[in-house]
Amino acid sequence: MPPSAARRQGSPFTGIGPVFMKELADHLSSVRMLVLALFVIAFGAFPVASSLQTLRTVVDPNSFLFLRIFTLEPEQVGISFVAALNFIIPLMAIGLGFDSVNGEFNRRTLSRVLSQPIYRDALLLGKFLAGVATFAVVLVALWLIVLGVGLLLLGVPPRGVEVARGVGFLVVAVAYGGVWLAISMLFSVLFRSTATSALCALGLWLFFFLLWPQLASAIVSGVAPGEIRSVEDYAALQDLAMGLMRLSPGTLFSEAVLGLLSPETRTLGPMLPAQMRGAVMGAPLPFGQSLLLIWPQITGLIAGMIVIFAAAYVVFQREEVRA
Amino acid sequence: MTDIVIEARGLTKLYGKHRAVDAIDFSVRRGEIFGLLGPNGAGKTTTILMMLGLTETSGGSVDVLGFDPVRQPLEVKRRVGYLPDAVGFYDHLTARENLRYTARLLAIPRREAETRIGQAMESVKLADVLDKRVSTFSRGMRQRLGIAEIVMKRAEVAILDEPTSGLDPHSTFELLEMIRGLKRAGVAVLLSSHLLDRVQSVCDRVALFNEGRIALMGTVVELANQVLGAGHPIQIEAAGGDIAGTLHGIEGVQSVVAEGEGVWKVVADRDVRAAVAHRIVTSGGELTRLADLQPSLEEVYTRYFEEARRAA
Repeated sequence: MPPSAARRQGSPFTGIGPVFMKELADHLSSVRMLVLALFVIAFGAFPVASSLQTLRTVVDPNSFLFLRIFTLEPEQVGISFVAALNFIIPLMAIGLGFDSVNGEFNRRTLSRVLSQPIYRDALLLGKFLAGVATFAVVLVALWLIVLGVGLLLLGVPPRGVEVARGVGFLVVAVAYGGVWLAISMLFSVLFRSTATSALCALGLWLFFFLLWPQLASAIVSGVAPGEIRSVEDYAALQDLAMGLMRLSPGTLFSEAVLGLLSPETRTLGPMLPAQMRGAVMGAPLPFGQSLLLIWPQITGLIAGMIVIFAAAYVVFQREEVRA
Repeated sequence: MTDIVIEARGLTKLYGKHRAVDAIDFSVRRGEIFGLLGPNGAGKTTTILMMLGLTETSGGSVDVLGFDPVRQPLEVKRRVGYLPDAVGFYDHLTARENLRYTARLLAIPRREAETRIGQAMESVKLADVLDKRVSTFSRGMRQRLGIAEIVMKRAEVAILDEPTSGLDPHSTFELLEMIRGLKRAGVAVLLSSHLLDRVQSVCDRVALFNEGRIALMGTVVELANQVLGAGHPIQIEAAGGDIAGTLHGIEGVQSVVAEGEGVWKVVADRDVRAAVAHRIVTSGGELTRLADLQPSLEEVYTRYFEEARRAA
């Protein structure tokens, strides 16, 4: 068939609004959402409470007090709030997306919905955007709660730059969730069984969190030369190690969060003493400079989200809707 | 305005090397019920999906209400109602909410949609469960809700895939009545089925599918004449005297076959019932039953496939 004859007519976005609204309503009213929210609270409340406890007793007028609520690693807990989120956000995204397409197929609603004037594009994109919006709602609510509790217990209002950095953190967190949502939706398109797609998505999640750090260092030591002769050799190895680690969305997220919420961060990689000359150790960077530092991480997350969504889209376009 | 609503010419679908649908031609007229019949896997559902633009065609063309489903699927889907095989609805939503979602996808204004939903549910006798969750619905109710969706859509063409499969006799009867209702409302109905006797009662014309091709097409009587040969079969139960001999003597009778004790099947080239009754009674026999055997699609179907197998 010549390509011109196959060109379809009508906007691919016809009907995206109703799909988005329905999915959003479904997510927000579902029991699953409630469970996931409880999960986040259960994992997040403890670090936040302990951080606040610590921060109340330590007086440090120069530091970014509010950002410390997110990043402080209380000794009793051993995990900061953002580290907990790093772990929990993928789980939420998988929970929201693992049955988004194959669930419709199994309930036999897919062919009925697709027989309405709507392209598959709109269905998939509407579902994805609804998932991202759900994320945004949950994270903003969470962020406001933490901020509010902090305000009450610390008795100091956050500074403007802290709020700005906090908003930046929200954007990064939503993008991070988007990556995992795209991954779980890709599996939901690939597999007809919802259990299989959930299992694959969870497997990937565990792989990145448990196995990948070891695997990456094993790869690095495998390719490392017998002896390291120069600084360049060492730097190349470090670059490789970081490059491998950054394939995991979790690494990108934690680096981006580090840059945003710990303003004193000047670099995410190794630095030569020569490069440190003239730097005032521990002095915070301006917001713009921090943003510049983590810009590759942010674009990496968003690009990853788009690429994985595109893959899901391509597979979905080719799928047969019949039972 | 042409009377043809669906026209397929040389429509073909390949799955790899397998020809699921092999260059079929057919047309459906406005206000008729057209049946696609055939065994499972004969290409009925594939044909339906191609008409809706839900699967790509491999060759040939199909025209639905003047639109090409390949290039203008939205226009086609706006005007055609589709009831898939074993239709599903969102279980956690009520019937009203399900239809409301469809109405939004169709961009029907809110107020208008509410009126149409009410009317549609009334027409399929589900008005009393409008606000019940679909998870409580029986199979038959879901099928009826599917019909309600088509009514609400004000579709010009309704495509029903195996609408009666899995339904009990009473639900089947009700559903067929609703399909007739669609026809009365001027909707062209195309339905697929492998349940022949039920389909026979509603279809104006049928197309018999076999391995991706349309083997036979026409009204049920036409098909019967084509496959079973012309003739009026009747069944007789009688006693006393030489019934078989009497029957043979009647003008127009082609064959007399004893089907059991006092039961005969007669095939004649015209309607010989009156003559048969008269002859048996005047020859002193007792006529207890005289039945006109309608050509059944089942018989046509069985015979056709038997012959197709023998030819192969």
